[in-house]
Amino acid sequence: MVEFALPANSKVDRNGATYPAPSGAKRVKSFKVYRWSPDDAKNPRVDTYEVDLDDCGPMILDALIKIKNEVDSTLTFRRSCREGVCGSCAMNIDGTNTLACTKYIDEVKGDVKIYPLPHMPVVKDLVPDLSGAYAQLATVEPWLKNDSPAPERERLQSPEERAKLDGLWECILCFSCTTSCPSYWWNGERYLGPAVLLQAYRWIIDSRDEATGERLDQLEDPFRLYRCHTIMNCTRTCPKGLNPAKAIAEIKKMMVARK
Amino acid sequence: MSTADRPVSRPLSPHLQVYRPQLTSTLSISHRIAGVGLALGLLWLVVWVCAAAGSGEVYGWVAAFNGSVIGRIFLFGWTACLFFHFFNGIRHLFWDAGYGLDLKDAYTSGWTAVVAAAVCTIGSWLIASLMR
Repeated sequence: MVEFALPANSKVDRNGATYPAPSGAKRVKSFKVYRWSPDDAKNPRVDTYEVDLDDCGPMILDALIKIKNEVDSTLTFRRSCREGVCGSCAMNIDGTNTLACTKYIDEVKGDVKIYPLPHMPVVKDLVPDLSGAYAQLATVEPWLKNDSPAPERERLQSPEERAKLDGLWECILCFSCTTSCPSYWWNGERYLGPAVLLQAYRWIIDSRDEATGERLDQLEDPFRLYRCHTIMNCTRTCPKGLNPAKAIAEIKKMMVARK
Repeated sequence: MSTADRPVSRPLSPHLQVYRPQLTSTLSISHRIAGVGLALGLLWLVVWVCAAAGSGEVYGWVAAFNGSVIGRIFLFGWTACLFFHFFNGIRHLFWDAGYGLDLKDAYTSGWTAVVAAAVCTIGSWLIASLMR
């Protein structure tokens, strides 16, 4: 359901602690970071960390790691590959969702505001609980389904068939798109969201997959697919430059065409 | 016990409160608001037509409202809703057919719809004022 305001336990105290930059720092940037710990009964707050950019790497993730290493070891966030292929460090930076590891600090004017991916339960600080989204991914059965006898070698595709997967296989499942979608905010329990629908389409148009009809049947539902209203925040925010809105539109077209 | 099992009520991360308004989402919600505006305007049109078919006294009240400052603002808003909903609706028809979904195209068509709606709204009021 549409609820514009945050629940009482989620309202954010904007005046958390401030950690000043070391004296003598010349290029100082403030990082305002969402903090919440399950270990006390307090509401979330925003802490401010002043970072000396002359002593920090160029990316947002570099600043977060520096803060965690040198200033406040309790700051909690996910990260792994630091090069935009694992999807772990997806978060809301400067008002849009992206990967902390591929976002330059210089791209942000003024203070850098960092929140967890929007409208998700928070595990701690910048770590959202994505288990609901992962369960939704499982419902589209994102693997090859083919009942034909297995061939001696690979299942071959023509270059044209393979090209249909471009712009889809690159998805790293960071869920930046899904959590940027107002429709997913209001109906996330039943609407699958852009990331999962892009994955569904990736298998629907795979020439080697034989379960196209079954997959479309599963999506033929007022909520699972059709809560997409082509808002396109998903495409706008995708850190990999993919187009979930187009993938969803293609699924909708296939639904009409098969009738 | 893992954190996931702990009986704490987890906060919901901020959404509207922190998400920077995008052209994409702003035009989307504007389309809905314009749709509501159109419905309200249509109700008023029904009142107007009924009044015209009825007594001169009632029509006089309706005409007086339409001529007042508040009435004109309301009618101006209605025409703005009409033109924006019309042009943005065309955009949605193209999307439903699978065209114009690249981000660059969506921005170009979005700004086009905004400018076209503004030009047509202001233009139609200019023409109407010249015809009086």
